[in-house]
Amino acid sequence: MRFARFVRAAMQADQLIVQPRMGFDSLSEMRAGLTAVRAANALSVGTITLDSYTRVGDHQTAALAMQEHRGLNGYPIVVYGADVTKGMLDGIQGDNFPIQVRHGCARPLDIFQVIKDAGIDATEGGPVSYCLPYGRVPLAESIDAWARCCDLIAARADEPEAVHLESFGGCMLGQMCPPSLLIAMSILEGLFFLQHGVHSISLSYAQQTDQLQDVAALHALRLLATEHLGAADWHVVLYTYMGVFPRTSQGSKSLLAESVRLARMGGAQRLIVKTVAEAHRIPTVAENIEALEFGSSTWQSLPPDKSAWFNFVLAVEIYDEASQLVNAVRNLHADIGVALRMAFESGYLDIPYCLHKDNQGLSRSYIDAAGRLQWHAVGRMPITAKPSDRHKGRLDPFDFLEMLSTVEQRFDNPHYSTALVGHHHNSVCRSLAVPSHH
Amino acid sequence: MQLSPSVYVSGSDRDMLSASKPMRILLSSVSSDSHTWNLVFLQLFLEFKGHEVHNLGGCTPDSEIIATCEEMAPDLLVISSVNGHGNIDGERLIRKLRQNDLLSDLPVAIGGKLGIHGVEKAQHIDWLLDVGFTAVFEASSSIGLFEDFIKGVSAQLSRPEAVGAMS
Repeated sequence: MRFARFVRAAMQADQLIVQPRMGFDSLSEMRAGLTAVRAANALSVGTITLDSYTRVGDHQTAALAMQEHRGLNGYPIVVYGADVTKGMLDGIQGDNFPIQVRHGCARPLDIFQVIKDAGIDATEGGPVSYCLPYGRVPLAESIDAWARCCDLIAARADEPEAVHLESFGGCMLGQMCPPSLLIAMSILEGLFFLQHGVHSISLSYAQQTDQLQDVAALHALRLLATEHLGAADWHVVLYTYMGVFPRTSQGSKSLLAESVRLARMGGAQRLIVKTVAEAHRIPTVAENIEALEFGSSTWQSLPPDKSAWFNFVLAVEIYDEASQLVNAVRNLHADIGVALRMAFESGYLDIPYCLHKDNQGLSRSYIDAAGRLQWHAVGRMPITAKPSDRHKGRLDPFDFLEMLSTVEQRFDNPHYSTALVGHHHNSVCRSLAVPSHH
Repeated sequence: MQLSPSVYVSGSDRDMLSASKPMRILLSSVSSDSHTWNLVFLQLFLEFKGHEVHNLGGCTPDSEIIATCEEMAPDLLVISSVNGHGNIDGERLIRKLRQNDLLSDLPVAIGGKLGIHGVEKAQHIDWLLDVGFTAVFEASSSIGLFEDFIKGVSAQLSRPEAVGAMS
């Protein structure tokens, strides 16, 4: 509830909470980074991003890499343990500066134990969203593990010290997943958390390719949450675009500013930002602070009117599709964990471009002429596709790369139409850019 | 972007490019890296170029990569990683592969964002070549250079007398 209290206060003050991604393997750097975020001129939440070895449960390699000073890409929380972590956070975490641990682990019980023992405010993930996009742990194992993790932090709805849990379901694979499925995943994981006694939750959504569609999606998400998660204390967390990111500073900032406007018009309370370094490497603390302050000042400059850009037809379309997915899964079994497993087995849920063995892989998405995400194929999901004429048959790798780069191109070259360029020729000169930091 | 001398496409090899034959390629990430968009693109790309691709996906343990190599005997192993640990995981993997009698000569390429400090501090490129990779591509390498490498490997496979030069 500490986290939820902080969010509620921000909402009442009409302020957007901004949050970075940040993780270091050294205690002093981690503490310095959090201290800088706390001191930033922005209403912020601190982040401890865990390293990739900890995510896959390979604590031995994490410890070895630290001994050899080879540089981890995050904070190895299990190697350090609860006491050391608590000491690192002493005097930093507080009522006015909550902290969230972010990882990407399908079997995170040891991570949850440290989070609980160290008294950290919040974490994130989910049985599907931290499994299917992240490697090869079988979905059934992840569902069991996440059930145990939720049981560990379960608390009464009014428990003041409860750990807050965010569903990463609205960020599946970061890009190219149409909004209805993202929303359905957030709601279903929220239901899973609630079933296991976790009441303080947030529902995620990652900015996609079109502002009008994204605003509609956030409205649909909030409406569905009101219907399905009435027993929970929930808020919406938005992620600045997670796909191939603009390379230029101007393009990066414009995209971040667009996500701030999206948070305003769609009604999100918290924003996970990206920095100008995103396309190039893991950002420095200074780059993170710059992004937080830029996001915050952009919010302050927005007009009070939140109704702009709301498209009723789009919102109803997304809401209907997400409803069909959520209801189809809920009807499979009363236990949400069992229902989720059955849903992926039967293909009622099918994440496009996801390589995990427990995902059917029959669905495919594309970006339409208006720049919106659509279903080319839905596999066995109980929704309807709008197949693209352009993407008939086998997917051309350069068409695919062009779709992945649509947002990057639009923000890096705002006056340049990609439609005028022969895509095959152009792509040969383009480097192998892929999204990298979740 | 660097290639080890053995896969630079020499003048005479260039004539062979048009005759390059389809290969069986094993594609994988490394043990700690969950990213898959890079793998999805590379699979589409290599298939588009006429090769047969087996994609092992993200977070693949060394043991699974090695077992699959032994089982399917690919013409080429392509490792792609973007989480910054590619230099650590890649080094460990290639040492194991090179110690394996069946795989000591297998062409193995690695590419992506291989360190946590970006391209300007990518000292690990030479090191990764030294410990056994056939080719190393940093994130700034173009797809054209990768394609040249693929053609080079394929051309050398088409010439039995040149196979020894791959090791």
